[in-house]
Amino acid sequence: MAEFRSYTINFGPQHPSAHGVLRLVLEMDGEVVRRADPHIGLLHRATEKLAESKPFIQSVPYMDRLDYVSMMCNEHGYVLALEKMLGIQVPIRAQYIRVMFDEITRILNHLMWLGAHALDVGAMTVFLYCFREREDLMDCYEAVSGARMHAAYYRPGGVYRDLPDKMPQYQPSPFRSEKDLKYLNEARQGSLLDFLEDFTNRFPKLVDEYETLLTDNRIWKQRLVDIAVVSPERALALGFTGPMLRGSGIAWDLRRTQPYEVYDQLEFDIPVGTNGDCYDRYLVRVEEMRQSNRIIKQCIDWLRKNPGPVMADNHKVTPPSREAMKDDMESLIHHFKLFTEGFSVPEGEVYAAVEAPKGEFGVYVISDGANKPYRLKIRPPGYTHLAAMDEMVRGHMLSDVTTVMGTIDIVFGEIDR
Amino acid sequence: MADKLQNLADRLGAAFGDRIVKLTQALGEITIEVKPADLHAVMLELRDRPEFRFDQLIDVCGVDYIAYGQDEWITEEASWSGFSRGVTGPSTGRLGITGIYGVHEVKSSGGRRFASVYHLLSVELNHRLRVKSFAEDDEFPVFDSVVDIWDSANWFEREAFDLYGIVYQGHPDLRRILTDYGFVGHPFRKDFPLIGNVEVRYDPEKGRVVYQPVTIEPRVLVPRVIREDNRYTDQAPTGERPNG
Repeated sequence: MAEFRSYTINFGPQHPSAHGVLRLVLEMDGEVVRRADPHIGLLHRATEKLAESKPFIQSVPYMDRLDYVSMMCNEHGYVLALEKMLGIQVPIRAQYIRVMFDEITRILNHLMWLGAHALDVGAMTVFLYCFREREDLMDCYEAVSGARMHAAYYRPGGVYRDLPDKMPQYQPSPFRSEKDLKYLNEARQGSLLDFLEDFTNRFPKLVDEYETLLTDNRIWKQRLVDIAVVSPERALALGFTGPMLRGSGIAWDLRRTQPYEVYDQLEFDIPVGTNGDCYDRYLVRVEEMRQSNRIIKQCIDWLRKNPGPVMADNHKVTPPSREAMKDDMESLIHHFKLFTEGFSVPEGEVYAAVEAPKGEFGVYVISDGANKPYRLKIRPPGYTHLAAMDEMVRGHMLSDVTTVMGTIDIVFGEIDR
Repeated sequence: MADKLQNLADRLGAAFGDRIVKLTQALGEITIEVKPADLHAVMLELRDRPEFRFDQLIDVCGVDYIAYGQDEWITEEASWSGFSRGVTGPSTGRLGITGIYGVHEVKSSGGRRFASVYHLLSVELNHRLRVKSFAEDDEFPVFDSVVDIWDSANWFEREAFDLYGIVYQGHPDLRRILTDYGFVGHPFRKDFPLIGNVEVRYDPEKGRVVYQPVTIEPRVLVPRVIREDNRYTDQAPTGERPNG
């Protein structure tokens, strides 16, 4: 038997499976981890301090850049907090659009997570499959907002504009054959909703594809089952939320328990795990994708039947239409005030939380009645999950560290802020 | 919903009595303020008593109240002299900058400065609560750590220490977390300039990265304006300060 000596190694900050910039100081005993000390903050941009120096509306795009794989959910938390403080009612159509895009975002996030997690553990193909579907969903982002990722689509009072009637199509190019072009544009003949409906019909089969590759895969199970087991009691004490909490068997989902927007009118199930290990968390997230697909379907049906405004008509907060601005003095003044000084939020404090794909994303705003927040605190879900890293990897092998990192679903944009 | 909130407020009042300095009910949320001396005991009871069961600590957040209610633009009396064009003096957005006259002093808001705000959630009973506590000493803000009650407090308290210099007594490992190794100062304090104090650059002569004082000028693009808005008359500023 060889003698093992305990030693310390640096994992990251430039390690492909560190998911960005994590420096993990590991105290090893042979190949077994004795202690893990994550050093974070390498991506700290002081989002909260920057927000204090800007009018409220200008901080919406900052929210996209927090958790940069679930962009619209972050915006949602922020605008929800502002709407609560301002006391504005969001039109019902805008609420459905928001819910639909929240779920699109959830699928986007989980696809990214699944691909990266599988890649970390050693399965390459899933990554390619996941990115194929992400492309379609990002096209939806682009169709409504013009940006593939950092959309800034949700605004206090609703969403920036209504869904487009025409889905953008691929253009002929010397690098694409006629046949390819036809194939690519097949689902894009109608509106955005038509395109999405086609996607929702295809998607369950695609999830089956991922599951064929992973769920019963012997290697996948060897790497995930019984790794980083977290009991329900510990999960609560460690501040877990979202799939991490549900993986441990606690059926807690803000969409159901503290519903916001129109979640209380939609049908969906909340999957929970039983063992609280990485494999359960994997199953929970995969099932969540299927449920999100279900929610998107219901939203599409509703949105087809019910046209209407997508922005509150309180022009002290939301900008007036361009047409109104041309011949109405008051609209012109509103527009000018909104885009120079911004709106003032009444004095007080508020905490609003949404069920982001990674867990509870909360925004705490203190306002002293000014056009800028006095203090903005973002409560990222990944922060507490990463804090539990030490407890989760203790006693596991070095190769399990990447598995645990994958199961946490960390994104440094939100953790470092 | 409103009943549930009132119910929780009543139970809080009954359980803690005058240990609660102030109980506010606004926008569907309850905030209680407790003295730092009572904080740890109250938190423990909030977790363990069957009528509260706050099994999760969602967030801990430091707040610096020093510039609360200060704006940068005269709105009411300005009509005589005309509005100013930009923000130049030591106003909120430019606090703490080092000019040719030395560091601009921070104008005190006349109340206690640092607060630690806790957001609690009960998964079992499905309710939330915000607990707020103001530090007694502005120069050396101290609170008791709640890490022994909820493990999730660990990193949140480190963050508040890093960004605000709030010390949590009894914390097992109170290190900086978000800022750089060897960082000086507490960046989220209102007297820490937004542009920072130092910048890094590569020095070709020394052959390494060096720190130097910032070379950019602080600018305020949109002045901070506080407007009394009659749409919110029912929640209009009462004149009392949250930190008073």
